[in-house]
Amino acid sequence: MVIFSVYVVNKAGGLIYQYDNYVPRAEAEKTFSYPLDLVLKHHDEKVVVSFGQRDGIRVGHAVLSINGVDVMGKNTAEGKDILEYLKDATNYPVSIRFGRARLSSNEKLMLASMFHSLFAIGSQLSPEVGSSGIEMLETDVFKLHCFQTLTGIKFIVLADPRQSGIDALLRKIYEIYSDFALKNPFYSLEMPIRCELFDQNLKSSLEVAEKAGNFGAGS
Amino acid sequence: MTVHNLYIFDRNGNCLYYNEWNRKKQAGISKEEEYKLMYGMLFSIRSFVSKMSPLDMKDGFLSFQTSKYRLHYYETPTGLKFVMNTDLSVSNARETLQHIYSNLYVEYIVKNPVCVLGNTLDSELFSSRLDAFIRALPYYSPRAA
Repeated sequence: MVIFSVYVVNKAGGLIYQYDNYVPRAEAEKTFSYPLDLVLKHHDEKVVVSFGQRDGIRVGHAVLSINGVDVMGKNTAEGKDILEYLKDATNYPVSIRFGRARLSSNEKLMLASMFHSLFAIGSQLSPEVGSSGIEMLETDVFKLHCFQTLTGIKFIVLADPRQSGIDALLRKIYEIYSDFALKNPFYSLEMPIRCELFDQNLKSSLEVAEKAGNFGAGS
Repeated sequence: MTVHNLYIFDRNGNCLYYNEWNRKKQAGISKEEEYKLMYGMLFSIRSFVSKMSPLDMKDGFLSFQTSKYRLHYYETPTGLKFVMNTDLSVSNARETLQHIYSNLYVEYIVKNPVCVLGNTLDSELFSSRLDAFIRALPYYSPRAA
């Protein structure tokens, strides 16, 4: 019963705040001998598994480290191309750690803007009059809740599907935003939020919501 | 309690079937553009969800809701996409969409030697059976005009 992360998007669709509360990292480290029975490919500056799912290693997982040393994008820490390195039989046996790739800040910015547009399209394609944008998006693993204020700021929370009380949490985050970001004389509107009090209060309200969510689901 | 409309897309993004039962507001663009926008939105949502997801997903994107309607999504392993808009009272239409696929689409389109897969579905039998099925759903009720 967990809240994964919080995003705040401004009127123009730019990400102004992002906080990862809980990031589950399912990783699998295995030792391989030549030849490698997984098919790897380059994708978005990372090396990902394209075929050969087994033992906790899924399609889409990225190479996180080789022989205990974290990789840098497409290259090993020494700067050698990973695919070339793994084609060479003399480098085996090799221990590789696979897992879901962490999102870089650029990717988060792009995803926030993407959601901003999807929110608007959801409203345009509505079969009913006067619909808002996407307020809740559900998958089997998480639920995304979005609250858009009258001024166009969107507060987005990713949580466990069974977590309750997210609507109240979104209103609370709006309250914290207006208290610690808007009332801060050094904060400029629509700009990234860098206010310590905002961070602290957000973290404590997330803790409260997670605990309260447990009670809600149990009853 | 009602079903607004239903779209069926193939793996290439072509809209194979569309029907509406209780739609109050048109999108303001032509039907072709609406199908493309709907497919584009779903494609983007799927990609968004796969990147955003904190854990590995099995079924992926299931549905979304706004203040007035809920969109349910079901994709078959062959890339066929079933999209149904209902009102907010319907929480889970996945089984309905699975039923439409396995008992209506497979029976009346796939098993029909005259229907070429990939073309728009113009089987009268499919349309009428689908219409009857939707009207028989427990959560469907025709609104007073």
